[in-house]
Amino acid sequence: MSIPIFVISVLTVAGALAAMTLKNTIHCVLALTVAFAGVALLFLGLDAQFVGFAQILVYIGAVVILVVFAVLLTRSSETPEEGSHSRTWFTGLAISAGVFAVLGWAVLASVNGLPNETAAPDVNVHKIGNALMGRYVLPLEIVALLLTAATIGAVIVAMHEKARTK
Amino acid sequence: MIQTLDQIFVLFKNWLVGFLPAGWQVAAGVVLCVIAIIAVYPALFAIAVLLERKGLGRMQNRYGPNRVGPFGLFQPVADGIKALVKEDIVPLRADRVVHFLAPVVLVPIVFMGFAVLPMGRHMVLVNMDSGLLFFFAMGASTELAVFMAGWSSRNKYSLLGAMRAIAQMISYEVVLLLSSVAVVMIAGSLSLVKIVESQNHYTGIFPHWYVFTPWGLAGFLIFVVASTAETNRSPFDLPEGESEIVAGYFTEYSGFKFALFFLGEYVEMFAVAALGTTLFLGGWTAPFSFLGWVPTWIWFFAKILTWICVFIWFRGTLPRLRQDQLMNFAWKFVLPFSLLNLVVVALWRFLGPGWEQWVICSAILLVAYVVMGRTAFTLKNIGPRKYRYAE
Amino acid sequence: MLGVGVLKGLGETARNFFGSYFSKERLTTVQYPEQRIPTVENARVFPFLVYDGPEWDAGMRCVACQICEKECPPKCIYIEKSKDKKPDYVGKQQFYPARFDIDVSVCMSCQICVEVCPFEAIKMDTAFELATDDRFGGLLQDRKQLAKSNEYYHQIHPTEAAEVDGRLAEEKAKLEAKAKAAAEAAAAKAAAAKAAAAKPAEGEK
Repeated sequence: MSIPIFVISVLTVAGALAAMTLKNTIHCVLALTVAFAGVALLFLGLDAQFVGFAQILVYIGAVVILVVFAVLLTRSSETPEEGSHSRTWFTGLAISAGVFAVLGWAVLASVNGLPNETAAPDVNVHKIGNALMGRYVLPLEIVALLLTAATIGAVIVAMHEKARTK
Repeated sequence: MIQTLDQIFVLFKNWLVGFLPAGWQVAAGVVLCVIAIIAVYPALFAIAVLLERKGLGRMQNRYGPNRVGPFGLFQPVADGIKALVKEDIVPLRADRVVHFLAPVVLVPIVFMGFAVLPMGRHMVLVNMDSGLLFFFAMGASTELAVFMAGWSSRNKYSLLGAMRAIAQMISYEVVLLLSSVAVVMIAGSLSLVKIVESQNHYTGIFPHWYVFTPWGLAGFLIFVVASTAETNRSPFDLPEGESEIVAGYFTEYSGFKFALFFLGEYVEMFAVAALGTTLFLGGWTAPFSFLGWVPTWIWFFAKILTWICVFIWFRGTLPRLRQDQLMNFAWKFVLPFSLLNLVVVALWRFLGPGWEQWVICSAILLVAYVVMGRTAFTLKNIGPRKYRYAE
Repeated sequence: MLGVGVLKGLGETARNFFGSYFSKERLTTVQYPEQRIPTVENARVFPFLVYDGPEWDAGMRCVACQICEKECPPKCIYIEKSKDKKPDYVGKQQFYPARFDIDVSVCMSCQICVEVCPFEAIKMDTAFELATDDRFGGLLQDRKQLAKSNEYYHQIHPTEAAEVDGRLAEEKAKLEAKAKAAAEAAAAKAAAAKAAAAKPAEGEK
């Protein structure tokens, strides 16, 4: 594992930890942004340009904004006096350790199953485009339908609110 | 001789880097290019600020600043000194860390957009395969800095301005993306260098810029509108309108941080203008084939400065749009039109070269524009104002 | 069609921009401290006291009637009447103001003092560059600062000054005519009395 990827991973994990432990919700969101940026840098470090930039564009550009709007419009953004400590933290820790163990075992087992590749795969945007339009066109269309349904649902919910307040 | 003048910066960089051992040369070359970008664009920012103040002044029947140097040419220097020595006020209950980080996050992200723009033949910092996507990723990240600025000021007007700015930027980002996808469909690549190369042909003396095709002209006009809105310029500058909400999300900033925001806004204007010239106006190619002897970087910067002048012209002419008018315009007019533009591009490709593609595509776009424009007017119920609660 | 209005507006602004280099009407700025726009005749800024003749304290028209002090809405005028009298422009003995202070920072330029003055003594000035760095007394103008000559009044408000002069001259002429008539009547009476006195004296002789 090279030095840059190590540093980026530390940054990502630190961002995620900060997102859980900071008291001010908006600070948590900003730490989450750091975590997303770290993931994007990891993608770029693995030579996946399209996915890396799409990660920045979609996650930092849209998802974070969405989370911010949700935080600001639904609860008061005043800093709570004490952090959010839950009483069942030990159970939570045990369950998350269990999930991590299962995931880690699955990843490590699959690495041994991959064929040895000497050169990095040559993936450019052309190939991604061809794959999306050729082999993966059905998932693409289903995702598009899902997004359309979500948009229409949001509009309907907002319109009903307006009708009710009138 | 012409070739040398054209490639003079590249040759200079190669000569400078030649002094270093071979292992260091690539990194040193990149660092030199970055330094050049960081030096050139703030200088252009100073020129743009001066141009704006003098230009707006003349459009408004007055002189611009004309005291500080001959014809006011040293006004940006005076402004810079003022920004540096002004007191840096942070509100008492503001979130100091985020308040400090907002301009610090904005300025580098805005400068990163220049990494993929070809400023002349062989003059691009990184020739990325998905360069256009990188540019839009950086553009989307600037919204985060805007939100940080607005929220950390603990000022309800700043927050309101930031929310409006983000909503506006997201809506017009979608439009910007769709109008660029039209160009990508024809050029066949997301790499900006390839897009410029594909416009570098001439029939007779006329260039093959994409703006000279029907879908290109429509895409260009959509891009102009969306880029004006993306950078919060008049007529879309409600979030930072001086008469509406003081200064919107950068109300609580003074001194150098305000100067950084100002710099960020103008440099973003340059970046978006540069993207527009790369996509539609042929980047660094000359407008007529007999003008090919002029160095390509001169054409690039001339085109960017022309865009800036057009932005200033819009600012001097058009009244500000209200937030709901802005959003309606984006989602109900410009977005459907840009989707139609995509269909027209596909049709253009499908019909193949010849007169049919010109006539049919122009007809579709013109008819759609006129019909949508008229329905927009009739649906608007232009007449005496009706009140919801007053009567 | 959508967008035509925008194009027309852009054309107008472009005309402004290029026209401002050629025609004066598209560039109406004056370079302020070096050039000034000449003030219009009806301009009014702050009041001043008019004096006739070469000396300001002898020729001042103000007779300290204190009407302007009472009528001033923000009460920025302060007058102290003198103890003795001096002759005015027709020769009649009148009081004069020992102190006449106007606090120009309070004055609201309403011109009511001018409208009510029966003696045409206080008029509106057009000088506005009165900025000072003395925050307490700098804008409190006393009698000497407020006194400006009739020639100055003719300069800043020519038609008004000519009309005022005409009226004053008319009044003076009327008074003089009355005085002459009274003198003639008195002289005639004296002559008649003398003749009457001389006649009985003659008759007695």
